[in-house]
Amino acid sequence: MRIALSWLQEFVGLRESPDELRAVMDDLGLVVEGIEHVGAGLESVVVARIDEISPIAGADRIRRIKVDAGHGPLEIVCGAMNFSVGDHVPLAPVGAVLPGGFEIAERRMKGVVSNGMLCSARELGLSDDHDGLMVLDHLIAPVVGQPLLEALDVVPDVIFDISVEGNRPDAWSVAGVARDLATRLGRPLSAPTLAQPNAGAVTSSVAQAAIEDEELCGRLTVSVLRKVVVGPSPAWIRRRVESAGMRSISNVVDASNLVMIELGQPTHPYDLAHVAGQTIRVRRARTGERLETLDGVVRELAKGGRGLGDTGVDCVIVDGDDVVIGLAGIMGGASSEISQSTTEVLLESAFFDPMTIARSAKHHGLRSEASNRFERGVDPQLALRAVARFVAILRESVPDLEWLDEPIDLWGVVPELPSITLRDGDVERSLGVAIDEDVVVEILEGLGFSLRRSGRDLIVVPSTARLDVRSGAAGRADVIEEIARLYSYRRLPRHTPTWPQPGGLSERQVLRRLVRDVVVDLGATEAWTPSLGSDVDFELLHPQLRRVRITNPLTAEESVLRATMITGLVRAWVRNVERGTGDVVLSEMGVVFTHPDDAKIPRPSKGGVQGAVTLILPNENERLTVILGRELDDALSAVALWSVLAGRLGLADVVVRSLKEPVPGFHQTRCAELTDRSTGALIGHVGEVDDELIATLSGALGGRRLGLVDIDLDALADQDRVIRRSQVAQIPSRYPSAVVDLALVAPESLNAQDLANALRTASPLVESVQLFDVYRGATLEHGTRSLAYRVRFSSPDRTLSESEVSKVREHLIEVAQSTGANLR
Amino acid sequence: MTSPLANLQSQIDELLARIASLESLEALRAAEPSLTGKRSVLSSLQKSLGGLAPEERSDAGATLQGARRHVEIALEDRRVELAREERRIRLQADRLDLGDVVVQSVRWPATVGHRGLVPSTQRELEDVFVGMGFTVADGPEVESDWYNFEALNIPPAHPARGMWDTFYVDLGEPETVVLRTHTSPTQIHLMELALAQEALPIHSVMPGRCYRRDTPDARHLATFHQIEGLVVDRDITFADLAGVIETFTRSYFGSDIESRLRPAYFPFTEPSAEFEITCTICRGDGCRTCSQTGWIELGGCGMLDPAVFSAVGLDADEWSGFAFGFGIDRCAQMRYQIGDMRALIENDVRFLGQFS
Repeated sequence: MRIALSWLQEFVGLRESPDELRAVMDDLGLVVEGIEHVGAGLESVVVARIDEISPIAGADRIRRIKVDAGHGPLEIVCGAMNFSVGDHVPLAPVGAVLPGGFEIAERRMKGVVSNGMLCSARELGLSDDHDGLMVLDHLIAPVVGQPLLEALDVVPDVIFDISVEGNRPDAWSVAGVARDLATRLGRPLSAPTLAQPNAGAVTSSVAQAAIEDEELCGRLTVSVLRKVVVGPSPAWIRRRVESAGMRSISNVVDASNLVMIELGQPTHPYDLAHVAGQTIRVRRARTGERLETLDGVVRELAKGGRGLGDTGVDCVIVDGDDVVIGLAGIMGGASSEISQSTTEVLLESAFFDPMTIARSAKHHGLRSEASNRFERGVDPQLALRAVARFVAILRESVPDLEWLDEPIDLWGVVPELPSITLRDGDVERSLGVAIDEDVVVEILEGLGFSLRRSGRDLIVVPSTARLDVRSGAAGRADVIEEIARLYSYRRLPRHTPTWPQPGGLSERQVLRRLVRDVVVDLGATEAWTPSLGSDVDFELLHPQLRRVRITNPLTAEESVLRATMITGLVRAWVRNVERGTGDVVLSEMGVVFTHPDDAKIPRPSKGGVQGAVTLILPNENERLTVILGRELDDALSAVALWSVLAGRLGLADVVVRSLKEPVPGFHQTRCAELTDRSTGALIGHVGEVDDELIATLSGALGGRRLGLVDIDLDALADQDRVIRRSQVAQIPSRYPSAVVDLALVAPESLNAQDLANALRTASPLVESVQLFDVYRGATLEHGTRSLAYRVRFSSPDRTLSESEVSKVREHLIEVAQSTGANLR
Repeated sequence: MTSPLANLQSQIDELLARIASLESLEALRAAEPSLTGKRSVLSSLQKSLGGLAPEERSDAGATLQGARRHVEIALEDRRVELAREERRIRLQADRLDLGDVVVQSVRWPATVGHRGLVPSTQRELEDVFVGMGFTVADGPEVESDWYNFEALNIPPAHPARGMWDTFYVDLGEPETVVLRTHTSPTQIHLMELALAQEALPIHSVMPGRCYRRDTPDARHLATFHQIEGLVVDRDITFADLAGVIETFTRSYFGSDIESRLRPAYFPFTEPSAEFEITCTICRGDGCRTCSQTGWIELGGCGMLDPAVFSAVGLDADEWSGFAFGFGIDRCAQMRYQIGDMRALIENDVRFLGQFS
């Protein structure tokens, strides 16, 4: 909200500099996002008349202009084309410093000396208009040589652009901001000039009003103004309205806007002659009703259903024929708008239910200055005071204005003001410091709250301008925030608490860190690929899966939650290859999503209004995906990376088993699943990226192999699914180990790790079994290969004799045979 | 004179037979010009039509065109068939039994890896808070309206919802499932869990990925990371909150960096505050980054609102607490002076490789 310093000063005396005031307002939670100095830098700009325009030889974009600014002819070179002889324009003479610090100097262009600059409105900081010079004849009756500020009636001022927080309905007005400043600075607050009804006729003799739905409309006042002459506003009113960033329209509309900015009460003026039956009523819109709002859009009323809480309740103003003429508190209709010929005005000043306005404004995508205020809660006591101010303002341009006696004042349901009990010690219990009761009283009374003592308690009733203050414990917190805010957060003490409970990471988090560390230590660079992808990318790997789709995506490229990180990582790799930096291992740990209808493990959650409904949400699966894109990387490097990781994680026995069935994203004949031997749980896959996926995503990199590891962290972290090595330390035997190498011819169908496991468990004497060579060749029977294992064994209590060693060896060979492998 | 197309059928049959006999993609490519190209019988027949009378020519042209299409389709079918077969053979030749890998003989070049900027910043932040006695908790990224908004005292259609540009997930009734717009819903899960397990008090931080429907620019990404703090204990005050913020600030950013609080509004805390820290670029002297103020905004915080306590069923007379939250990415941005946040999601290894 834009507030002029001069306006604030009408309510509270302020001696501070703009920067000092900014600091005070920031500390009050009225954060100043910008300060604008109106009229600064224009002190030496004057009105000049164009007397002669002539071309400059050899230049077609600039012309030689002769002007008079009161001191005889002056020659200026100018590039604008939008004026003719006799026009009046602003002249910045040599030596002037324009807003933004631009200093005007004598300049020579194409041999012509320019003695100053003719300016556009933007160059003067007066508007955004930069389509040529600011031709003053369109605006005023200019006088040659007159200072521009005087000519335009601009009074230098400072404008604060304040960001108003959601719980400060009062701060949407000059008066509300002034109240905060007056309370903080301990200064008196002045009241604006108000008018009195003066017509000698009662309102109800001319106009009628009714509230038909008391829940929606808490108060409806109707005033009638006669002898209205619609015309321009006086300069000071125009300035006020414009200082707030609004356009000056006419004296009537300006008065309405000025009152809204000053006091926070939106009012709506109607042309009384165009309100059927001279009657307005407030009711709920009925299904099928429509309204063309002032912005020219035809709105269907009473249609809900756009999301949770969209009840479809629209509060409307209807005329004597029961025809909708306005969306209450949001925007009026075109039919009864004020025009140049209006002589009698019906002025509506009301209180509407904030939530109804909020829902309705959201439903219609229609936010106005009025709805912004109503949805946060306008002071219900303000309605007639605002009219009194409106009349006082309008009288500035219409001195004979009549305000009919006894304005209609109807009441519906207004929020009841809570009585909040501030118990002795409440402030200290919340803020950690006791604040003097005198100070507390001064602050709360300064805010217009009323206070009553009850034993040791203070009973606080907030002002009607503060409908954000709730009842009960929540209200107590609200009041304490106000005390702290006006006292200043910076004056509150700090204390670093300690507690006996230890801090720390969960096992899952420790695991996550370890996995990341190992992968990075092995040479991976961590990437961050998008969680939201396109339909096209989703379909590449998961054409058969349902998609978790975003209803309102920013782009189609980011409209579906990912089901895998493989696509994103391959894309990231391809882009790096294009930059010549593709010799890299990329990894990502992140969440992938499964539609509830496809999820094996449903994820129920509380949902609906008040959490009363059970919703099944998408399954979220944390995974680690690594692609190995270095030259010569392939499925073997992926297996190597996995086996280092498995070793570091202390996994007891996870088997790598090649797969016949294709896995999405993986090369069809170079993919293996990782399963825990004892639980059978699937932990992930290892292999190479599907060659067709690489070709699709790169177009040109067919033939490159990319190693791929894709691990399910949820499985890895689950102690029931993945068995870890015992934490009990094993002391190795002090006696020498025997080493036996066994070359075994095994059918391709026999997994080498299953065979190793059979050997390992064949005898308690076996320490380790390690595959060290694989041979396939013509000398072997078709469909078999030779697997060479090194088996170490030892006894904890003696050196094994040669015969013992050969007995174990025989036994190992027998065990191998029982699995289908024979000594070569 | 006999029609030039008199022998068309047998000529076509011969072409089809040749196509069927092609045994490889290479052979197909080699044969293509003589099947449908300039050197084909189809092309020479086309030329011979020039000698016909105009009315005969158009009929013959149509006939020849039909025949050509027939041949071309057969050729394409054969091409697909051969490609499929060649891929099958290639995949079979490629087959590796990954259970057989002799790991110790796999070639493994020494490459320097790099931690992601966001996860490593997250880890540093977690470590600071763990040192201060906090545990670390996780929460889901897809949430119901209840957890993301309503339990946090932001009822449906409340104007405060305008503070978050929300991505809605297309599940159930419209606008009932969201991508979480902040990590605050994890607070609710944590309090519910602690109540159910009688595991109060809570001193936790909750890092995680969040989403806002906001077009990415140099300062914002639609996907970002936050860390949330929650303390629920006995006799917790605003002074404790300010103390935790201060200790964290000095410990993470350095002992010369101060923090300050100013009033703000968040529906789930009251009193609420925005917290600012000494500008890490100019160390408080005033620069462009801090708009000459010497301070930069880091996050929001406040005492837990009684409405949140009642939403989860906690007794506000027995327990009190505070919450705070700020951007992890923003901490990284400040520490490394990242001029454009979009660099974080571009995955350019020249960028990623700068961090250890």
